[in-house]
Amino acid sequence: MIDMAKKGDWVKIHNVVLAPSQRSSNLPEDTKKVPLEAWINGFLNEDGEIGETVKITTLSGRIVSGTLVEVNPRYTHDFGDPIPELLKIGPHLKKQLEEGSD
Amino acid sequence: MYEDVMKRKNEIIQRAVGIDYSKFEIEGIAFDYERMMQEVSYTLEEIKKIQFETQVGNTPLVELKNLTKLVRRASKPGKGARIFLKDESTNPSGSFKDRRASVSVYHAKNHGYKGVIAATSGNYGAAVASQAAKYGLRSIIVQETFDSNHVGQPEILEKGRACEAYGAEVVQLTVGPELFYYTLKLLDETGYFNASLYTPFGIAGIETLGYEIATQVKSRYGKFPDAVLVTHAGGGNVTGTARGLKKAGAFNTKVIGVSVDLRGLHMASDHDFNRKSFTTGHTGFGIPFSAYPDRVDVPRNAARSLRYLDRYVLVTQGEVFFTTEALAQVEGMMRGPAGNTSLTAALSIAREMDEDQIIVVQETEYTGAGKLPSAQLTFAKKMGITVKNGDSIKEDIPGKVIAIPQDVEQIGVIEYPLENLKKSYVKESIKMYGRHEFSNTEKKFMAEDTNSNLKEIDEMLGEVLKNGKA
Repeated sequence: MIDMAKKGDWVKIHNVVLAPSQRSSNLPEDTKKVPLEAWINGFLNEDGEIGETVKITTLSGRIVSGTLVEVNPRYTHDFGDPIPELLKIGPHLKKQLEEGSD
Repeated sequence: MYEDVMKRKNEIIQRAVGIDYSKFEIEGIAFDYERMMQEVSYTLEEIKKIQFETQVGNTPLVELKNLTKLVRRASKPGKGARIFLKDESTNPSGSFKDRRASVSVYHAKNHGYKGVIAATSGNYGAAVASQAAKYGLRSIIVQETFDSNHVGQPEILEKGRACEAYGAEVVQLTVGPELFYYTLKLLDETGYFNASLYTPFGIAGIETLGYEIATQVKSRYGKFPDAVLVTHAGGGNVTGTARGLKKAGAFNTKVIGVSVDLRGLHMASDHDFNRKSFTTGHTGFGIPFSAYPDRVDVPRNAARSLRYLDRYVLVTQGEVFFTTEALAQVEGMMRGPAGNTSLTAALSIAREMDEDQIIVVQETEYTGAGKLPSAQLTFAKKMGITVKNGDSIKEDIPGKVIAIPQDVEQIGVIEYPLENLKKSYVKESIKMYGRHEFSNTEKKFMAEDTNSNLKEIDEMLGEVLKNGKA
């Protein structure tokens, strides 16, 4: 992982928006115990290091400060694995359609 | 700081939507819904033009011949209605949400706003970002994305990527209703337009969908559809589609709402958040938003589903995954899965109907990484959910077990009586207005708002108060 980021790099910052004690009173017990956190991506305004408080300019043009957590943040979601519980559905339905057209 | 911002809620929202809701108020619970819809928004003709200019709408209506064959194979002789699908994934950002965004963003542009903001973890974010790109406006999308371990729901991560791809700033939050607080803060800071899902703009934009369905079916088959199935969450999809059907003259077409059954999971729970394989179109929105529409970010919600629903049914997560797989495998259409919620119900409801009847499923959505059943089910397994083959209606337990059927015959629906939703509406009204007595004007409004009559409202009020549950 890259620890240093240069001005103009595309980065992700993190903030605690509300500490548990500042949160809405109307929450389930598990949610009450944890803070409300936020992550925002943008272009770094000055050189910085992971863990430092930095300022970024977001895609909407806002300047936001927060803790630098990632440089060139990756999209982590993917297509997943083939699902055995789904794989036989296609062949089964196709067979039914073939029988029907006899 | 939380309280300070929330106290200024009305002032911030008023500026950010530019609607004076007070002029539609009548008395207490009652307000003039139709006048609000007419005066605030645009006519159907104007909206058609707005949408044409940004390539929204006029989507293909596809007959699902193979799925219809499979349904007939599982039906009694003479039964098995023809199933049609409105391929809304062909809209610019890949879902019917472009229809909603198109009107809001057009309005924002014409009223001098420099940007738009939407609080949504759904396809609506991409729709707003895409429309903002077309009009040269800036956009910010606020999403509920992660649990407290910073594990993101794959479908929402994908929607975040899509928003960014259209040039929006994306704010990704952990679980909690304070997403609204964060959105208010942003509206206040930027002066941008609140592209709320629940203004008259957001609802009127969907009327073209109902209108197109009615006219496409009528021009091809000489009659209106017998039933239109609508995925039901916040109520906008049902309301807009039903209003559009009526504007086309399709007064006898049944409007059936469908939600994924996630009963038992708490929508604001950090633990439950990543144990749902569906982030919209489910009971966590469908039930509470019908019972109390004005729970939203604007004073009066333009989405009022109980006015328009003829029937409400639930389907399981496992059934929707089956249907999504079937749609790809025998119809060659890779879509959804959340957008296939009402298609799932169609496979069951078509079996009750005659062969010459027509069912229209009114949406599809784009799919891909994070959204596909393979992505969602891989994630579900990682979160400790049991995924197996089985009788979905009997064995599916939201947050614990996803049981996937293997045959169309195994697809069924769970009836959710509208009477129960109407009673909840009455109960919520008593709670929200803190009163046991309502004037005749208010009761008349409640009757309209729930598609009931005055006598029924009196009976429900009596029953709820007697049970002391309000």
